[in-house]
Amino acid sequence: MITLYTAHMRAWMLQQFQYRAANYFYMIGMIAEPVVYLVVWSTIARAQGGSIEGLTPGGFAAYYIVWTLVRNMNIVLTPFAWEERIKDGTFATQLMKPVHPIHEDLAGFMGWKLVVLLLWIPIAVVLVLLFRPTLSPTLLQCVVFFFAIWGAFLIRAIMQWSLGLITFWTTRVAAIFEAYYLSEMLLSGRVFPLVLMPKWFQTLTWYFPFRWSFSFPIVALTGPIENRDLFIGLGMQLAWIMVSIGLLYLVWPRAVRRFSSVGG
Amino acid sequence: MLRVAIIEVDDLSKTFTVPVREQGLRASIRSLVHRETKDVTAVDSVSFTIEPGEVVGFLGPNGAGKTTTLKMLSGLLHPTGGQCRVLGFEPKGRPAELLRQITLVMGNRNQLQWDLPGLDSFELNRAVYRIPRPEFIALRDELIELLDIGDLVTKPVRNLSLGERMKMEIAGALLHRPRVLFLDEPTIGLDITMQRRIRSFIADYNNRYGATVILTSHYMADVQALCKRVIVIHHGRLVFDGDLSMLSERFTTQRTISARLANGQEITILAARADTASATARLLADHDVVDLTIEDPPIDDVIEQFFADSHDAP
Repeated sequence: MITLYTAHMRAWMLQQFQYRAANYFYMIGMIAEPVVYLVVWSTIARAQGGSIEGLTPGGFAAYYIVWTLVRNMNIVLTPFAWEERIKDGTFATQLMKPVHPIHEDLAGFMGWKLVVLLLWIPIAVVLVLLFRPTLSPTLLQCVVFFFAIWGAFLIRAIMQWSLGLITFWTTRVAAIFEAYYLSEMLLSGRVFPLVLMPKWFQTLTWYFPFRWSFSFPIVALTGPIENRDLFIGLGMQLAWIMVSIGLLYLVWPRAVRRFSSVGG
Repeated sequence: MLRVAIIEVDDLSKTFTVPVREQGLRASIRSLVHRETKDVTAVDSVSFTIEPGEVVGFLGPNGAGKTTTLKMLSGLLHPTGGQCRVLGFEPKGRPAELLRQITLVMGNRNQLQWDLPGLDSFELNRAVYRIPRPEFIALRDELIELLDIGDLVTKPVRNLSLGERMKMEIAGALLHRPRVLFLDEPTIGLDITMQRRIRSFIADYNNRYGATVILTSHYMADVQALCKRVIVIHHGRLVFDGDLSMLSERFTTQRTISARLANGQEITILAARADTASATARLLADHDVVDLTIEDPPIDDVIEQFFADSHDAP
């Protein structure tokens, strides 16, 4: 399995290095979103006497700069990709191979992350110089952050892979996927740090996977967070990874059976 | 010596349920509450066996059920009736042990990494099929030589011509040395020279490794060059299974008798198959014949005629 993952990671890295400019423009485009949030929240913080719920402009800067890394790390195969895969025969090709096709996607996107990391560094330097973040993580926070960004990737990758399998029953799935993404947007900490929300809202986010694939890795590095909460967060990530795998086990055989009945 | 069949197909059927909707707004609204469907039988009670090392041509017009049968044999489609076994495995469960020993090449599909040179895609297949490196390098180099793709394997696949890409696809699909090859129109869209190259490669591969090959093609030249045995499928039903040479006998009713006379004149007559001998005797008795040939019509014409005649058959 290690050989398989290494081979797929290598192949995807080679492909992505061929599209360096496209990757860079994609990342620069992606920076626009957090920069808008950052400017808005920093302005509000200054207007309210320098901070909101303990977050200063420097704190917001740290949150949204780490946001850019976490966002790049948790980009995965979107559920929309399935329709094309079925149409162009890629899925049939994958089924002819003696390994589960999810491994190709997991390994491939992991390879892409390594390329993204290299490209992200200069962008992060510019953002740091511009926005002066307040960031002083402990060693434990750094270690947890490292695992948390990969945990976030796995939750999102397996969950969305399983969700995409709905395509096997109906191709009119855009509305379902859009509802999923809207929920993720609101409950993940993507638009606003969850600490700014009322307590009931924060409690609600515990029951969805989104917080653990977005807000948790960011806060794990930027804080403020208790050591105990760092481990609880990793535990919640593990639990959601298990839930995603369970969902995959449930849906995958049925999806393949459906494909094999209808044809591709 | 008793040879065990490598592919066994028994009463195999596949029926698709497809939606039916008339045109117009009213039909669209009606389909919201009541969705009409109909069953379409793509493969209908087909049975045959194939022995190790055989190269079998699968013939039939578009929509005859050839590709559906290949997809059932390779595990991509589940049969709705009957059963099939490939290398002793039931393909519908797609056991990894079976997938490691078969390959499916579809002429109109790309299985290699589009942006990478063939060599990188081959390397990926090595990992997927867990091929030991020395074995992989030996076979890879052999395939590169046989297919004459030495200067192509370092170019990104997207920069190759259709024919070059097909050769690369075939090399990639054979790296795990499959025992059974399902080739679905491997020469589609290729020029004559490239078609010949691919044909001779398939023949060579079959000779070297004793691989079993099922080939579908609309080019009779492919079938004539490679297949001693053909299976003809039409409207999902098997209508012929036997030697290619027997195909004309089974489907043609006439033969062409050509004669060159002593005065230089040439005569061609079409005679009913049963009357060939008497027509030839009459020709020899009535004319001063210096050269005589009796031929079945070209195989292309035989097949075309057969499918045209049975166009309206159920």
